[in-house]
Amino acid sequence: MKQVVRGFYSVAYAVKLCKPNVICAYPITPQTEIVENLAAMYANGELGDAEYITAESEFGAASMLVGASAAGARVFTATCSQGLILMSEVLFNAAGMRLPIVLVNTNRALSAPLSIWNDHQDSMAMRDAGIMQVYVENNQEAHDMIPQAYKVAENRKVLLPFMICMDGYKLTHAYEPVDLLDQETVDSFLPPYEPAAYMTTRKPLAFGCYAPPHIYMEFRVAMQQAMERARDVMLEVYKEWAEVSGRDWGGHIVVDYPDSKIFVVAMGSVVGLLRKVVEELRNEGLSVGLIKIRTFRPFPIDELRKALKDAERVVALDRSVSFGYEGPVSIELKSAIYGHSSAEVYSYTVGLGGRDMPKDFLEGIIRDVVEGKEKPGFAFKGHHDFEEVVP
Amino acid sequence: MKIKINLGAISEPMQSEKLKTGDWGTHYPVVDKEKCTACKTCEQYCPDLCIEVEEFGEEKYAAVDYNYCKGCGICSSVCPFEAIKMELKDIFKFEVC
Repeated sequence: MKQVVRGFYSVAYAVKLCKPNVICAYPITPQTEIVENLAAMYANGELGDAEYITAESEFGAASMLVGASAAGARVFTATCSQGLILMSEVLFNAAGMRLPIVLVNTNRALSAPLSIWNDHQDSMAMRDAGIMQVYVENNQEAHDMIPQAYKVAENRKVLLPFMICMDGYKLTHAYEPVDLLDQETVDSFLPPYEPAAYMTTRKPLAFGCYAPPHIYMEFRVAMQQAMERARDVMLEVYKEWAEVSGRDWGGHIVVDYPDSKIFVVAMGSVVGLLRKVVEELRNEGLSVGLIKIRTFRPFPIDELRKALKDAERVVALDRSVSFGYEGPVSIELKSAIYGHSSAEVYSYTVGLGGRDMPKDFLEGIIRDVVEGKEKPGFAFKGHHDFEEVVP
Repeated sequence: MKIKINLGAISEPMQSEKLKTGDWGTHYPVVDKEKCTACKTCEQYCPDLCIEVEEFGEEKYAAVDYNYCKGCGICSSVCPFEAIKMELKDIFKFEVC
């Protein structure tokens, strides 16, 4: 049933339909209303026999979820920014313990300076944790990703945490018409969680045990293999979702106008606006296409190689930066297509800490590359000229 | 040959028994059966449950589990009867030339 709801609700409602056993969270802007909605559902008795635990910190929230997941529970949390990096010590462990925790990260900038607005710096800091990452474009996609995330994460071939990244404010606070799922659809798609191994008081187990040098490496190789298997599992689940829900969000990447000479590559909510920009540029006769990266971990290597095989120029738009190099999406894109495409890559970091990216701005960036006014390489776009002074 | 590893480094209880830690330390405790009164002070203080008062026929005195004792010396220092001496292991007895 289509309803006009906020991003928070679209996530919370989908989580409810997935029948989690334990929800544990700590409030942080712009995530709070997701767990507030879930808390209201819990108070109204809509979450069945689920446990809702209010934690003293994100570190506590993640730790409780590790315990609950190890005991065989389907779990959920949402966080972002400082909360995510406070969870990071635990989340690296959760991945190593192969616990299929599903979390929503409402992308927000990292301190300092303190910012509550949107960019991708927080989830990028978790890039190497062994957590699957999918970036969504709108609230319907966020809503639809929740059951899919559980299905992928809980697959015995995978068993890794799954993080759905949705842009803070831009999506979370936005009212959008969302076709809310019904219980029958989700039940037919997502079976109850059957953990591969779980501890009880009768059968105690220790998770993530000490591994000396002669055995540690094997566990990390196993995580990489699980991540590699996740590529195919995700595609199967995405396909099944399209059949069940009637909404096909595509594979790991979505390519608009695949025959283009110049491609814009981006992730998250900015893709919606870029689609409009690219459409208008094409109407002018310019050979510009768009690539939306949905799955960031595992990274869609083969898909990007194929899509950019004959491309001449690529504009990679990052919402974060690895200081001392460039944006992570650009870095990884270049690494993936090296030797497979001769395209020049223009790496731009834009929209940090909620800096606005209006249509004219994005159009200008692309137009400059199309018209040959730029050199390949890295640059920030959309910031003022400044001088650092000592106060 | 393929080795087996547990998913998520999950382990069942009592696995640490397989890891003998008795060779970690430099010293080892030696109990003087004559001086020992089986008072169990050492037993209560041992951080690794490695010394226990046991019955040997008619006799009763503290016995050390050398498989896991790391030689911290607490038993020796808490013994009210100075019945436990810490000895340096032979491999640490170097001659300085």
